[in-house]
Amino acid sequence: MSTLTHAPEEVKEKQRHLVEMNWDPITRIVGSLGIFTKIDFENRQVAECHSTSSIFRGYSIFMKGKDPRDAHFITSRICGICGDNHATCATYAQNMAFGVRPPELGEWIVNLGEAAEYMFDHNIFQDNLVGVDFCEQMVKETNPGVFSKAEKTSAPHSNEHGYRTIADIMRSLNPFTGEFYREALQMSRMTREMFCLMEGRHVHPSTLYPGGVGTVPTVQLFTDYVTRLMKYVEFMKKVVPLHDDLFDFFYTALPGYEKVGQRRVQLGCWGSFNDPDACDYTYKRMSDWGRKMFVTPGVVVDGELVTTDLVKINLGIRILLGSSYYKDWENGETFVKTDPLGNPVDQRHPWNQTTTPKPQHRDFSDKYTWVMSPRWYNERTGEHLALDTGGGPIARLWTTALAGLVDIGYIKATGQSVKIYLPKTVSKPEVEFEWKIPRWSNAIERDRARTYFQAYAAACALHFAEKALHEVHAGRTKTWNDFKVPREAISCGFHEAVRGVLSHHVVIRDGKIANYHPYPPTPWNASPRDSYGTLGPYEDAVQNTPIFEENGPENFKGIDIMRAVRSFDPCLPCGVHMYLGGGKVLETRHSPMFGIQAKS
Amino acid sequence: MPAETIPYGRSTQKKPAVKEVHVIWITAGLSCDGDSVSVTAAMQPSIEDVVLGAIPGLPKVHLHNPVLAYEVGDDFMKYWYQAARGHLDPFVLVVEGSIPNEKIKREGYWAALGTDPDTGQPITTCEWIDRLAPKAWGVVAAGTCAAYGGIHAMAGNPTGCMGLADYLGWDWKSKAGLPIVNVPGCPVQPDNFTETLLYLLYQAAGLAPLIPLDDRLRPKWLFGATVHHGCDRAGYYEEGVFTHEYGKPECLVKVGCWGPVVDCNVTKRGWMAGIGGCPNVGGICIGCTMPGFPDKFMPFMDEPPGSRFSTTAIQSYGPAIRALRSITHNTTNNEPKWRKPGSKLLTGYHQPAVH
Repeated sequence: MSTLTHAPEEVKEKQRHLVEMNWDPITRIVGSLGIFTKIDFENRQVAECHSTSSIFRGYSIFMKGKDPRDAHFITSRICGICGDNHATCATYAQNMAFGVRPPELGEWIVNLGEAAEYMFDHNIFQDNLVGVDFCEQMVKETNPGVFSKAEKTSAPHSNEHGYRTIADIMRSLNPFTGEFYREALQMSRMTREMFCLMEGRHVHPSTLYPGGVGTVPTVQLFTDYVTRLMKYVEFMKKVVPLHDDLFDFFYTALPGYEKVGQRRVQLGCWGSFNDPDACDYTYKRMSDWGRKMFVTPGVVVDGELVTTDLVKINLGIRILLGSSYYKDWENGETFVKTDPLGNPVDQRHPWNQTTTPKPQHRDFSDKYTWVMSPRWYNERTGEHLALDTGGGPIARLWTTALAGLVDIGYIKATGQSVKIYLPKTVSKPEVEFEWKIPRWSNAIERDRARTYFQAYAAACALHFAEKALHEVHAGRTKTWNDFKVPREAISCGFHEAVRGVLSHHVVIRDGKIANYHPYPPTPWNASPRDSYGTLGPYEDAVQNTPIFEENGPENFKGIDIMRAVRSFDPCLPCGVHMYLGGGKVLETRHSPMFGIQAKS
Repeated sequence: MPAETIPYGRSTQKKPAVKEVHVIWITAGLSCDGDSVSVTAAMQPSIEDVVLGAIPGLPKVHLHNPVLAYEVGDDFMKYWYQAARGHLDPFVLVVEGSIPNEKIKREGYWAALGTDPDTGQPITTCEWIDRLAPKAWGVVAAGTCAAYGGIHAMAGNPTGCMGLADYLGWDWKSKAGLPIVNVPGCPVQPDNFTETLLYLLYQAAGLAPLIPLDDRLRPKWLFGATVHHGCDRAGYYEEGVFTHEYGKPECLVKVGCWGPVVDCNVTKRGWMAGIGGCPNVGGICIGCTMPGFPDKFMPFMDEPPGSRFSTTAIQSYGPAIRALRSITHNTTNNEPKWRKPGSKLLTGYHQPAVH
């Protein structure tokens, strides 16, 4: 395992004064994440970055031997903000393993629940957690010059959102006291009510099962949902232009801001919202029904759509140990030699992973985190790509736009963009938003895509609600189909958790779980340097990020780093603390060879 | 303010016994942060009601929760260090997540928060509890993981984790004499948590007596009845009508619902604003508020073994009750016979004689 996927970068030898700055925990995210950096204040640049997660729980270990029907109840508890995404993904894998296809209505109800989850979760994260990084208090403390400029800058879309200047927007984002902050928080509750209508409770649903849902599909259920949905649609007509104004302002106020959090375009999306007309949950037809999803699965590298095939996506997944506290399983048991189509399955694939924790001291030159390094093997180039999800929306919109497959009226993927139609609401006329493929994969564009995807999810929900109500009106009210648990099976589920790719891989033997490995988005994004020395996405995006903050080392807040990290919507249940050793110069040395910590 | 401009009614307002209370909230147990997220859904009261002082009689509340905090890193952790030194007084310690057993391995950590400035190593969650619990005015376990161990403490787990009371001792008392307060639920029902916090703030303000807890340290008024007592499907149980598939409106006991033996108010309170919940909306009760969760309820989708006898008994006389009711039901479904068109008044009305 000593192959380098990239030739070592030539780094000019130069004296650099690096100051160690650590943020542990990073707050306003879900989970525990630490970001440890070395900052070159003279050149206003982050020189080195490590991300670390400080929690281990051991799901893959304690799920062994359990009843496979329990998997969705258990795995929901992996995540406290998008637990339902896990539960849903687990039921997808159960459906495949048990050979059961839910009734159409059951599938629409799941889609409506998951759409509400996106609407809720992106909303609260964007406007109550990320938004604080752009609020008056924060901008004044980090870039007073930018705030004065915001006071003088009229908001181009003030007619749509009601805020006269950019500074007015920033004031409205102040935590708790800001008007928009509180409005968004309240909206995040209404969308959770919508969620509870479909999936029972938030964040760990009660009505999801393999084979369908337990939700009782009355006319009232959909009335209660749609009336709330239309309030959210009205809200989005204000939120999209508000965020466009705020984010565009940063590009003009701080020229070069596109470099913050920027990394090579390497995006993964595992697809969301199954189409019950197409999805039969068989592995053999997965390539076809995957392409019918209402968010198209795919991998985008350097702006090119590499694949939209879920089977290829599945077979390309590799879990590298990297710098994490686990024992290797290279010589462990091979649970799955070939997939149901006869394709060989790698020993480093989640189906074959054996998790053995090995707690140890944290050492940034060796092992430093509980997160492994998932990578995607690109068979065309032989690279183990450190794909990121960009927090979810940017990857979903990018793959969907390029694939050009989704066309439901409310949503139209054009090949270069995604059109989102929102009908007339109480006080606003119909609107069509268009998300266009951006020039960069960076912090601002990840954040902007989040807002557009909120509108996307709402537009999809309108479609799903129409389809569901059609079933109810036709008297087809069955929401669940029975099944038998087989003695032996292998299966997988693919979904988009709110913040990006989600897969569950299961092996069943003697009617019990023999192996279970869930891969949520954050291991992809927060992964450490892998066995080939390739940096994880946070590390990569933060490393070499320019510093625009006006403060020096004494009262440095690391706001540009925070914006870069939070743009990925970290959810480890992890955090970054800022820790500055009194601004001491930690070391003076030759430039490190970034990312080339290859170990044999 | 001159005396004449002070509103007359202000005399009704009581000053809290303490001006300020800090809430130090550790999410770094083995958790999913789901209890913090759940609490952002609360509306009775909401988190902003508590933080912005929108409820009469409350002290000023300073909330230090990593999911919502403005501060990051050391700016955030400084409250932890101040609290550990006894400089934040009084404070309520909220713990979220199961408490791992750090003694079963040679080195490293299962769960940690922040970095020790001397060693550069993470500070374990257990270390923080050891530092903070003795200084806290009160300690609250948010969610089933912190209360009893929960999902991460299931059989076969590698971390040896447990609930806060298992760790500190079930008869542990804070320096102010409060037992640990458990608000179980996976996750915690939003309003159950904020209401418990509100109660404790009232108590700290001198406006409420010691919080009433049962022997599993749960607030009595929230956990005094079973899921079944509040379930709108209990009527089906009474008549012996059980569904054998999901998605139907009848009683769910035969498809895995444990509601009759689980202490939880979700069927009364709903999940948010009375919406959602568990068996009332089609989700089997898997016992997520209980000390025995999850092991004693698995596999979740099978009929609870103990319910077989009681449901058999009910099925013997339930149908008879249903049959009798259907007779009366039929009567009540028909209008009284005098409501019809025609030239005669059939209501029994007699015009009084006029003298």
